[in-house]
Amino acid sequence: MGDPVFERARRSPHFAQLVAARGRLTWLLSIVVLVLFYGFVLLAAFFPGVIGMRVAEGSTLTIGVAVGLFIFVFFWLLMAFYVWRANTAYDALNAKIVNDSKFGTGA
Amino acid sequence: MKTLLRRSAALALTLLAGAARAAGPAMDAAEKQPVNYTAIAMFVAFVGLTLGITYWAASKAKSAAAFYTAGGSITGFQNGLAIAGDYMSAATLLGLTAMVYGQGVDGYIYMVAFFVGWPLILFMMAERLRNLGRFTFADIAAYRLDQGKVRTMAAISSLTVVCFYLIAQMVGAGQLIKLLFGLDYTIALFVVGALMMVYVTFGGMIATTWVQIIKACMLLAGGTLTMVLAMSYFDFSYPRLVETATGAHKLGFKLFTPNTLLADPVNAVSLGVGLMFGTAGLPHILMRFFTVADAKAARKSVLYASGFVAYFFNVIFLMGLAAITIVGQNPTFFEGGQVGGKLIGGGNMVAMHLANAVGGNLLLGFLSAVAFATILAVVSGLALAGASAISHDLYARVIKKGAASENDELRVSRFASIGLGLVAILLGIAFEKMNIAFMVGLAFGVAASANFPILILSMYWKGLTTKGALAGGFVGLVSAVLFVVFSKSVWVTVLGFEKAIFPWDQPALFSMPLAFLVTVLVSKMDASAAATNERAGFEDQYVRAQTGIGASQAASH
Repeated sequence: MGDPVFERARRSPHFAQLVAARGRLTWLLSIVVLVLFYGFVLLAAFFPGVIGMRVAEGSTLTIGVAVGLFIFVFFWLLMAFYVWRANTAYDALNAKIVNDSKFGTGA
Repeated sequence: MKTLLRRSAALALTLLAGAARAAGPAMDAAEKQPVNYTAIAMFVAFVGLTLGITYWAASKAKSAAAFYTAGGSITGFQNGLAIAGDYMSAATLLGLTAMVYGQGVDGYIYMVAFFVGWPLILFMMAERLRNLGRFTFADIAAYRLDQGKVRTMAAISSLTVVCFYLIAQMVGAGQLIKLLFGLDYTIALFVVGALMMVYVTFGGMIATTWVQIIKACMLLAGGTLTMVLAMSYFDFSYPRLVETATGAHKLGFKLFTPNTLLADPVNAVSLGVGLMFGTAGLPHILMRFFTVADAKAARKSVLYASGFVAYFFNVIFLMGLAAITIVGQNPTFFEGGQVGGKLIGGGNMVAMHLANAVGGNLLLGFLSAVAFATILAVVSGLALAGASAISHDLYARVIKKGAASENDELRVSRFASIGLGLVAILLGIAFEKMNIAFMVGLAFGVAASANFPILILSMYWKGLTTKGALAGGFVGLVSAVLFVVFSKSVWVTVLGFEKAIFPWDQPALFSMPLAFLVTVLVSKMDASAAATNERAGFEDQYVRAQTGIGASQAASH
């Protein structure tokens, strides 16, 4: 409650920077995931015929399976991208904030 | 404690061996398979290994931090495997293979829905969970709110989810073990319950984590091996697999068009909402985020876990498609040799028959042992989550108001694990004859409607107050349960009424928004002095959630 450590961290210029940058990425990626997934579910519910269509004449791959596989792979790559950004750039910023929070009177 | 552990280990083994002998020809042969000695040998090896680990872990699980979270000593990779182990139950292996076998692409879409909770957990929750929590997710829900009230609510909804999930696992376990090992249903439940109590009571989170890791490796290996052997029948060609499967299946190429699962759009979206946000509210999954050292490791563990889960779901899809030809065309797997009739052992046995067909008795035995190990591991994770809700939230924080000694808290959590083990056995016996297909959906529905809204609002919304959290949490819990009770799967199938009151099977699309709405409205109307303080408390919580400042100190005392 009202810990000066938190107050100093909040006042660090890096804090605003971290929150803004990570927040942007979080919301962007989350919206991509939500739109793609619920788009897929609604497609399956309203146009089931499209899910069963072959991606090309004579192909055994259908749209439903192709999109499903795409979701597995693409979402995992988005996750890998987020982890890479967070574990490098954002954690570096975070280290600066932690440092700023220790600065000042003997905490 | 060690002698007690050794004695209970010996007891469990004797039980198992005795049960194997007892389940001889005298038992009714129609329902049970003959005793499978390969499966039993492999399972005994698994049990021996995990009991050895529990023995080792028992010497370490002396402090509360070690018992609940393995002292934060699990690496990101290990935790990733353990999360995947927690998430992939025997129902995943057996039920989803059967679903692809019977309904084709429906099963694939279902698995996609089962997967998409993970990206959201990573983007929105993983680091905040790690930065704010210590032992249970109630730590976060109650962070700046009234500890007693909010923890009570969180513990009640956690225990509700755990119990529904336990029923699904125990009934499935009993039936599966009866089939695979030829053991009596009740004896199978006692074996599972007894082993689970030993792991959790003595080894805490350390033993539970290692049981999960070993089981996840076995599951991945067994599934992969079965899939590769099955694919060799089709020269490893997806087109050939699809052509033979659609040629053999009664649906033909319609196998790749959604069938029954997604026929109703409201039900389809509700299923998606329940699986996606339910994953983010399962107490035994959330608890795993506190077993790693920091937010960096928490993020990595989600990435590894979701990689394993995504991979395995695709393995299951191939297994299901391959089984259409390999199992579906082979009279030896049907009752009375009638191809297209009833599968021996019921619809859920597709994966087992496939293993038998492509790898003989040895692979069948291995996959059976994997299924048993899987049930055991998931049940242990659930029991640990339930026990920590009882000891850490209800006992230490609500009843003793934070004044309980660590030893007392640990003692309570051990008794709670034993209690939950007994409850699980009793529930398994009580629900034996019931159609429990709705149980997992119910667990996810409650997790999505009671746990998730409070957790996410606590982390993201300054305005959340104790009154709002309580009102919303209970509304979410009660409405999710009622919607399921009034739906066809309980009201008609279980209770035998004419017509369902609630027209959809999946509650989450309605109960989750309802919980959010009530939480926000009640919080906004709350003008008490306590509410003002709670809103003010958000600022510090927010800094800690973002940066982890203060989290390391919290974990060390």
